[in-house]
Amino acid sequence: MKHLLSGNEAIARGAYEAGVTVCSAYPGTPSTEIFENLPQYGDALYCEWAPNEKVATEVAYGAAVAGVRSLTAMKHVGVNVAADPIFTAAYNGVTRGFVIVSADDPSMHSSQDEQDNRNYAKFAKIALVEPADSQECLDFMKEAYDISEKFDMPVLFRTTTRVSHSKSLVEFGERTELDPIPYVRDVTKNNCAPAFAYRHRAKVEEKLEELKEYGKTCKLNRLEMKGTKLGVISSSIAYLYAKEAFPEDTSFLKLGLTYPLPMELIRDFASKVETLYVVEELDPFMEEQIKAAGIPCIGKELVPRMYELNPQILKEAIFGVKPETVDVGVQAAPRPAVLCPGCPHRGVFYTLGKLRDTVVTGDIGCYTLGFMPPLNGMDTCLCMGGGFSVGAGMARAFRCSGQKKKVIGVVGDSTFFHSGMTGAVEILYNKQNMIPIVLDNHITGMTGHQDNPGTGYTLRGEVANAVRIEDVLKAYGYEKVIIVDPQDLKAMEKAVQDAQESDVPAAIIARRPCLLIKRIKHDVGLCVVDTDKCIGCKKCLTVGCPAVSVKDRKSRIDATQCVGCTLCAQVCPVGAIARKES
Amino acid sequence: MKNKSVLLVGVGGQGAILTARILVNGLMEKGYDVKMSEVHGMSQRGGSVSTQVHFGEKIYSPLIGKGAADVMVAFEKMEAVRYAEFLKPEGVAVINDYEMPSSATAAGLAEYPEGCLEAMQAKFKCFALDAARIAAVLGSVRCMNVVLFGALTKVLGLDDIDWENIIRRTVPAKFIDLNLAAYHAGCAAI
Repeated sequence: MKHLLSGNEAIARGAYEAGVTVCSAYPGTPSTEIFENLPQYGDALYCEWAPNEKVATEVAYGAAVAGVRSLTAMKHVGVNVAADPIFTAAYNGVTRGFVIVSADDPSMHSSQDEQDNRNYAKFAKIALVEPADSQECLDFMKEAYDISEKFDMPVLFRTTTRVSHSKSLVEFGERTELDPIPYVRDVTKNNCAPAFAYRHRAKVEEKLEELKEYGKTCKLNRLEMKGTKLGVISSSIAYLYAKEAFPEDTSFLKLGLTYPLPMELIRDFASKVETLYVVEELDPFMEEQIKAAGIPCIGKELVPRMYELNPQILKEAIFGVKPETVDVGVQAAPRPAVLCPGCPHRGVFYTLGKLRDTVVTGDIGCYTLGFMPPLNGMDTCLCMGGGFSVGAGMARAFRCSGQKKKVIGVVGDSTFFHSGMTGAVEILYNKQNMIPIVLDNHITGMTGHQDNPGTGYTLRGEVANAVRIEDVLKAYGYEKVIIVDPQDLKAMEKAVQDAQESDVPAAIIARRPCLLIKRIKHDVGLCVVDTDKCIGCKKCLTVGCPAVSVKDRKSRIDATQCVGCTLCAQVCPVGAIARKES
Repeated sequence: MKNKSVLLVGVGGQGAILTARILVNGLMEKGYDVKMSEVHGMSQRGGSVSTQVHFGEKIYSPLIGKGAADVMVAFEKMEAVRYAEFLKPEGVAVINDYEMPSSATAAGLAEYPEGCLEAMQAKFKCFALDAARIAAVLGSVRCMNVVLFGALTKVLGLDDIDWENIIRRTVPAKFIDLNLAAYHAGCAAI
């Protein structure tokens, strides 16, 4: 029987069938569903959310060294965070198989950059496996573990948004139960002291040479010989686009093991076709290596090097066939993502957006949307954990250069545990003149509600030791930690003022759970407008709630969206909005 | 049969993904090769969303580009306009005659355009229905998506699939009757 699975679901299934025992990850779109689909396998495997990708990678590496197969998964930028242990794990090698899934996001549907993480495999000198559809996600996982053990290295398993989030038909196999390889102390292998690293360095090159040989016959690489006129070398989802864009009689060398490249196979294929194309999304990763090997091919001269591809883009780029489209002559208004009605972040950014001469350094999460008008409550956003430390740098620069600006940094609760904590230490240790605010909505929101060290639950739904943010901040030395409900605008404003006027190091925790958390009973109500009192001043629009609009000079609240948070009522100058008590 | 591509567009939270799942479950039962593409993450927060379903004997790509969709289902009429260039010139659109302000139009930062439905009707073969009203009469606006789904099955000519059974299997138990009624109302609406 075939099952319709997303690539992520199939990767989870593949890990299960491959006999994986320990799995650790930090959520990030488009990788998150891999780990959300692991608890269904019960006691067959252990899975967890780690505080960040570096920790997750280290946990998984440790498990592989201890003798069981292990998995970690993250979005492309998560690999930047985890790069340190990945590079050294390549030197030390593994005992049982260790697979690192990197889910890249071409076109940046939910990301801050478009990096092509295939480059990491070449950089770290490890094997790179790229599936194209869900069946390959499952099958290639098993193969990736075999490669990891055979060549004693971590394997980078790279997907993209369209591989991870597309669904296609998949046939299941059985789980292979593996005996653990009992741990034996071996410092020359598992310790990266320089003397050992020097020796590992040469071994890494030897292993890559062996892997190149293996690539010639490896079943992840497939030749589909048809005509001799056109030949295409492709991998990942680009292969599927090319299958639709190129004529029926095109021959394909479809690669699944894409680092190191099987150059002999490629040379042989090139000799059999008149014109050779390399079709890949983002960087000319394969193309540069193929050209460097002296094999003529056409790639990024025609194929775009930015953003997602699709069959129509390829047809136009390669064959000049423009898609036939119809212009309906009406322009759609923007419909950006927006903070939900009742979102606890709204009160924070309404308050921060009104402050004069204040810079707000932000971070990654739902609350990144706080920059948008009409809230205008955030200036910068760089990366996970940057909310505090970027602010520290700006505050220092303002002081050094005599610019009269105040700085407030915001990070979410999950982000605080991820890498905001070190920024909080930086502010304190180096006496940076800024106020850190933790936006504690008790969940990792934007990625679709995952638990974190502050929520009190694990990925498997077990009760955990909840780490209290206020205890952490106090232990660092923040003598004044103000805990405030951001839905109370007066209290929120006072908290910011008190923190800024404090003589001792001060931090704020804006605490209210996300309304979408299912296990909490929320106090949901409805706000209504007294149209006789409403003067049509549009002040209620300044909170930027999607449930509130003004039509015919009267405020209107959409009852299907409103949850009765009362922010609009709190800013109404004439008391025309009130919460209806049911 | 030639491969077919269906584009489902709307606003995050309107149920486009569930609708696509009902469609796909039926297509699988009929023995088609099926691929589907959706995007999660930022777009679920009230943003514009699109889901693609492709079916036929053998499907390679889960994604299509401009001018390549055979059928579009728009859960909101401004979204129909936004994705119109993805529809083939001879493509067919099922459009919910329903207006949802975006955060930008609600805050007065942009105008909600006039004449979305009429502009689509002028250029494409369209089936328009007031799925919100139909769903409200049935008891809940929330089953609007399945009303549109009923209309879609008619347009696709997929009458020989036991959709009732598929809906029973796909939607939560307590909403089965409501969704069955919505499906039938949608079939009858065009």
